[in-house]
Amino acid sequence: MAGRGRGVAAFTFNIDALGISRGSMPEARVGPSPLFPSIDFKPVPLKAGEDEDYMLALKQEMRATMQRLPHNIKPQSNKSEVERYTERYLKKSQIEDEDWTPDWSLFPKELMPQTKKPRAKAGTKKKPVKISRKETEDMLSKLDELAKNDDRNPEKSDDETEKKPGNEEEEEVEAEEYDEEDIEEENDYIDSYFDNGEDFAADSDDNMDGEATY
Amino acid sequence: MTAQEVRLCGLLLHEHFGEVVEKVGTHLLRSGAQNLRTIIHETGLSVDLVKKSLMVLVQHGACLFSSGRKGPGSPTEYRSGCDRILRILRYPRYIYTAKTLYGDTGELVVEELLQRGHMTMSGTVKTVADRLTQNMEEGRSMDYSEVSSAFSKLVETHFLQRCPKLAGAGTADSTSPAAGATPAAPGTPAAPASAIPPTPESFPDCYKVPHMTLVGRGKRQLAAEDGEDQRNAKRQKMDSEAHGDEGIYWQVNFERFHLHFRDQAIISAVANKLDQTSSEIVRTMLRMSEVTTSPAATCTKPLSANEIFRSLPASYNIPRPILDQYLTLLVDDPMEFVGKAGESGGGMYVVNLHRALANLARATLESVVQERFGSRSARIFRLLLRKRHLEQKQVEDFAMIPAKEAKDMLYTLLSQNLVQLQEIPKTPDYAPSRTFYLYTVNQLPTARMLLQNCYKTVANLIERRLFESKESKRLLEKSQRIEAILASLQASGAEPEQLTEVEEMITAPEKQQLDALKLHINKLDSAENQVDETIFLLESYVNSTATSTG
Repeated sequence: MAGRGRGVAAFTFNIDALGISRGSMPEARVGPSPLFPSIDFKPVPLKAGEDEDYMLALKQEMRATMQRLPHNIKPQSNKSEVERYTERYLKKSQIEDEDWTPDWSLFPKELMPQTKKPRAKAGTKKKPVKISRKETEDMLSKLDELAKNDDRNPEKSDDETEKKPGNEEEEEVEAEEYDEEDIEEENDYIDSYFDNGEDFAADSDDNMDGEATY
Repeated sequence: MTAQEVRLCGLLLHEHFGEVVEKVGTHLLRSGAQNLRTIIHETGLSVDLVKKSLMVLVQHGACLFSSGRKGPGSPTEYRSGCDRILRILRYPRYIYTAKTLYGDTGELVVEELLQRGHMTMSGTVKTVADRLTQNMEEGRSMDYSEVSSAFSKLVETHFLQRCPKLAGAGTADSTSPAAGATPAAPGTPAAPASAIPPTPESFPDCYKVPHMTLVGRGKRQLAAEDGEDQRNAKRQKMDSEAHGDEGIYWQVNFERFHLHFRDQAIISAVANKLDQTSSEIVRTMLRMSEVTTSPAATCTKPLSANEIFRSLPASYNIPRPILDQYLTLLVDDPMEFVGKAGESGGGMYVVNLHRALANLARATLESVVQERFGSRSARIFRLLLRKRHLEQKQVEDFAMIPAKEAKDMLYTLLSQNLVQLQEIPKTPDYAPSRTFYLYTVNQLPTARMLLQNCYKTVANLIERRLFESKESKRLLEKSQRIEAILASLQASGAEPEQLTEVEEMITAPEKQQLDALKLHINKLDSAENQVDETIFLLESYVNSTATSTG
């Protein structure tokens, strides 16, 4: 600020020491550098030979194989309702997938999938459903009593709207139970890994998943 | 764990293990050691999926677990490292090396172990024998003993090693019998207090082949009816008897492969710089010191010229004085691959491993500058590497380049961070008019920077390849379908007209497009493999400096 009046273009150091003069300054930057700048020298071509070709083939095969192994974990995908005709041909050419039963002594205990007994599950399932039914019934009866004290028209709409959430709650609770059951009882490490076992069995009876534990 | 490394690891995990494992893996890489609950909470995936992903990562050695930091009672913590995941890039090179050294059997053994993470010896032998039998002619099958002998050879030369038995895994009793490899310190309880997991080498039985009873031949997998597969599968289940090596798991020893690659790089460098005979001499010296040199050694143990003479391969019958001349030439070479360590026994010679790596890295840097900025910039770069610090004027004089161009090139290199500016003040107040400004090149930081550039390059190559495949996804699927239909038609015996009819379902321009796509993908894949060679060289150099100073 103090030096603004005179010598606004003066450098604080001896410019000759760096070997540049006032006139040879590059232009000031207008914006960020381009994303794909043009390069003066083209890159050297790739090595091409027997070794490289073999390693290329190895790489592609390995990628394909590893995508088919049970190590490759796919997220829960929605099954298409209609199995496409062509998928049948694709599946036949794939290797029978082996299940992976790991040696549990090498992994920490907490990674083992939880196996809950179905009996305990059924028992716990009934109770909450009963309770929820009771609760909703209680709620509905209470609301009916309260509504009797109010006017008729709002009373009717209140009843309807209250009954609907009551039903939805019931359904939601039941749906939640089923979801938990699905997740927790699934022993992927022992049963067939693919979850499209039904489609497969429906197509051809002879085609059983080879459950070779390795 | 730089951003580029994490990005590349994410892409590799996605390609080989799926997106669920990628999510969990990148989260672990970014956040360090965490316990299971935190991982589930922060990734937002279901408990089941997270557990499976962690198992896959541990199986492949990409993730380690240990009891928590707060003591033996706290939940186990998982941590992951970039190094192991980046090795996935090098898998084809490992497999190819095994093939050149031990033939097809060795190649398949290493391939199986790389794909599965770790396996028992019996499991590997059976799978490999089956695969080899599959490719043989009808009626012939592979005997298990051949595969076992190849496996043993790999273990003897330390290419395979046993997995370390991690305490705290599975049963937490200290009374659990250790099958096979016993821990080096039998007195310690099961819950380890050390933060460093035991390396495989800390176990004395690391390279001992277990006594295994496995007799039989490979089974050919018949592509006939599926009922037979079911019977075979049942039979396999029933006679999966213990072969005497339960609980002993083997993994690939990457360090040993890296030593082999390093030796190969040195030998080929000598062959390029000098001649074939000198490279044979260096190869002999390295072969003789394979077992006596530790992996982190600066140079091999001294070898006398007499020993070298005796161990040269029979095809190279050079007379003794010629050998001495070659050795003197090697010692005098400015690359300093071979050094003289004494005079006894006709002269004691060593191979300078770390110096050779540094020189190879330097050559790589120079080549990068040459290919990106031209040969005159490369001349300036080499000058600065040799003379360390130079002023602007001196650079122009020594490089014999006119001032204006030299200035331009220097500033380009400076803006790319390949050259640094060093200030040397004459006065304590750093007045610019009274300070020397010197240009300099630091080899190690520049090598690190180029290494990160390489990681970014490979990540970009992978992304471009995925983009190209995604663009032509419809076309690729169509061609896959047609191939599958063709295969099934051929298997069920169809006439040639039917086959040609199916083949014609792909039109000519589509075929052209497919060919072009294939060419692009092959180029990108091949480029990944070759960038990995540079990565290996730079990584070895950086690691060698770390061990010598740290």
